[in-house]
Amino acid sequence: MSTTSPTAPAAPSGAPKASLFHPTVARLTYRALLGRRRALILFVLPALLVVLAVAVRVLAGADDSTAGGILGTFALGTMVPLIGVIAGTGAIGPEIDDGSVVYLLSKPVSRSTIIFTKLGVAIGVTVAFSALPVLLAGFLLNGNSQQMAVGYAVAAAVASVAYSALFLLFGTITRHAVVFGLVYALVWEALVGTLVPGAKTLSVQQWALAVGQKAAAEGAITSDVQLPLAIGLLVVLTAAATWYAARRLKALTLAGEE
Amino acid sequence: MSTLTIDHVSRWFGNVVAVNDITMTIGPGVTGLLGPNGAGKSTLINMMGGFLAPSSGSVTLDGTTIWRQAGNYRHIGVVPEREAMYDFLTGREFVLANAELHGLGRAEAARALATVEMEHAQDRKISTYSKGMRQRVKMASALVHDPSVLLLDEPFNGMDPRQRMQLMELLRQMGDEGRTVLFSSHILEEVEQLASHIEVVVAGRHAASGDFRKIRRLMTDRPHRYLVRSDNDRALAGALIADPSTAGIEVDLAEGALRVQAVDFGRFTELLPRVARDHGIRLLTVSPSDESLESVFSYLVAA
Repeated sequence: MSTTSPTAPAAPSGAPKASLFHPTVARLTYRALLGRRRALILFVLPALLVVLAVAVRVLAGADDSTAGGILGTFALGTMVPLIGVIAGTGAIGPEIDDGSVVYLLSKPVSRSTIIFTKLGVAIGVTVAFSALPVLLAGFLLNGNSQQMAVGYAVAAAVASVAYSALFLLFGTITRHAVVFGLVYALVWEALVGTLVPGAKTLSVQQWALAVGQKAAAEGAITSDVQLPLAIGLLVVLTAAATWYAARRLKALTLAGEE
Repeated sequence: MSTLTIDHVSRWFGNVVAVNDITMTIGPGVTGLLGPNGAGKSTLINMMGGFLAPSSGSVTLDGTTIWRQAGNYRHIGVVPEREAMYDFLTGREFVLANAELHGLGRAEAARALATVEMEHAQDRKISTYSKGMRQRVKMASALVHDPSVLLLDEPFNGMDPRQRMQLMELLRQMGDEGRTVLFSSHILEEVEQLASHIEVVVAGRHAASGDFRKIRRLMTDRPHRYLVRSDNDRALAGALIADPSTAGIEVDLAEGALRVQAVDFGRFTELLPRVARDHGIRLLTVSPSDESLESVFSYLVAA
């Protein structure tokens, strides 16, 4: 065995600069995300949506209200938040759980950079596995009549950003991020958010629909939140969740196994 | 040359004090952090590695606070105790990723893998590695940026004797080159073989500090207790107590044995068989009754 002698600390000890993206962190994140068994859901749900769209089109023909129902309820209401949970929590939660995050943290890489990069990967994965299938399903359902496919796909993409940031934060806060994420996605977004009028204002889904509304034909997509408010809340949620996640990671404590 | 300074550091988790007012300086060379399981070794190493904030006191590297200063990692290499390490990568991919995170590349990764002699398995997935191989790849990942400080938490756990010797040789070499190498262990012999300097931690407190001879002496020059059974306990007791190496003897009727307290460990171990032979007594049982590492350590703390 041979080693070289230690060099005098050549690099300055100053704090590493935060940047928006680190390719190595991104590579580790997406390989971990797509390599896990949980990732199957990422493929199964969009496949289910596409199959459903084909079946409906074949059996019932092109119909805007049926298309709106499937894209609004199943796609936006259930599939997008679920994929957001898998991608958002999965981008960091398992690494913190099993302790392998220590290999990222013990490097002269700003912890904000790690969070920004992981958020980017989570958004990319969520958009790829939710917005694109929604677009495809929309075309299959009614051939983008009233720009519905585009409108819902835009909504799904916008929701992907907010969900990714929110669930990434969950992943840095709790070991039970998936459970909390599922409760949020299924109980709050799918149930409370669609049924309780007041809660709709605090639903990512409704904010996203407000953006999607603009992309689709007049009246094709409806939202309970006005566009300016929706955009404001989306930006605030995404920024605040990302900021807090970076803060959590900076002070992340790795307790020993003792 | 780097020096880690731990100054009046305590760390508590809720009501539990894991590290209690420890002050020590770790300089170049190999230092062993010795203590029983649960003594607070990992907590200390985590604070030195910047993964845990001290509840009070300070942990610094050449005067710079370690906690929340990611720039320190240019000089620190960490080999964690936990197993998890991106098992879906090959050894080479893993070490390369660690190199890239330091702003380095393939050449440095290859050099680190060569240092730990893992080139033969570098293209296999980490999930297929044995514990010793994992340990070596972890070492490679910690060495990739040629750090002046190397922190290793229980590095010999689960290694076979050959791997253990190789790693010891490697660490010894790193120490000789002027690096500050700190490793933790709960096994005295391990620490003794490798470390030129030993810090002993017991129950969160700094129990002793020095070279292995001093620590060894502290551990052996303490009252030893033995449980002795023979075919004539009382005659044996009478003969033993006459020698100054024996401090006290109790006849334990319930156990049917003698409880002997010896003050001079070396002399007593010679005395006992000689006395038995001279008096024609057959020894049936001789067992140390407080040889557990914990009792050795707790004696050190009390001293």
